[in-house]
Amino acid sequence: MRLFSRIFPHPLLTGLLTLVWLLLVNSYSLNSLLFGFLLGIVIPFLTRPYWPDRPELRHPLKIAEYIAIAIWDIIVANIAVARIVLFKRNAERSPAWICIPMDLRSPEAITVLAGTITLTPGTVSADLSAEGHFLLVHCLDAPDPDAVRDEIKDRYERRLMEIFQ
Amino acid sequence: MEQVFDLLITVFLVVGGIFGLVGSFGLIKLDDPMSRLHAPTKATTLGVGGVLIASMVHAYAHEGHLSWHELLITLFLFLTAPITANFIAKAHIHRHETPDTLPPAGEDKTWATHDVPPEEPGSGRG
Repeated sequence: MRLFSRIFPHPLLTGLLTLVWLLLVNSYSLNSLLFGFLLGIVIPFLTRPYWPDRPELRHPLKIAEYIAIAIWDIIVANIAVARIVLFKRNAERSPAWICIPMDLRSPEAITVLAGTITLTPGTVSADLSAEGHFLLVHCLDAPDPDAVRDEIKDRYERRLMEIFQ
Repeated sequence: MEQVFDLLITVFLVVGGIFGLVGSFGLIKLDDPMSRLHAPTKATTLGVGGVLIASMVHAYAHEGHLSWHELLITLFLFLTAPITANFIAKAHIHRHETPDTLPPAGEDKTWATHDVPPEEPGSGRG
């Protein structure tokens, strides 16, 4: 078991790199599968010092649900932002900074949360607090900043808690 | 059947083009730097997405094989867009915001960009 985790510090990353290589080659053959697998072993092995912890992922179904929700929200976000850009005058917009207290602690989970926030409706994650317990988010148009905060916590963070912890 | 595919490709190209245009227009129209950041990060995602879906349909309908490169481009785009936005936002905070203009960071006292150790005497940048 220890030998296994020395060779594969990040089994999921190994699988992902193999898959990415196959997609890059754009056709399936045993040759490219083996070479992709080789890359999948070498790259995590070489970068291991920079990524000491192995994030634990649970509930594959929940991950699929999260991705589906995120993609749907990205589509809605695009339309919402396009409408604000096209039809709302700058003076009518109320941009706001909001501070989101986070219950998530693992760096990987916070990265996913910050990335999702940037890709979804009218929000960009701008900064973390000094100790990493709060997330600073900028809203393009937020008449009610508290509602935005509650929605982010309930819609994304709660699901990430279930996946990562 | 060919015509249906061509119609699909056209629709996706036009939708993608419109969103790309709106994103670029937003960059000019919005009036403060942080708001400007919103238009390109989002509108462009769907703009590029539309073009990529059109490309996948084209490869399937006219070249007779599935192309996976578009999925990879989407993946890389989703990874890089938030990081770029984050770095631009941090640069903005660094240069134009002070701890007073941002909301308080709760018990953590300050935001990471403003969390700079006090400069040692003699090591000033001139």
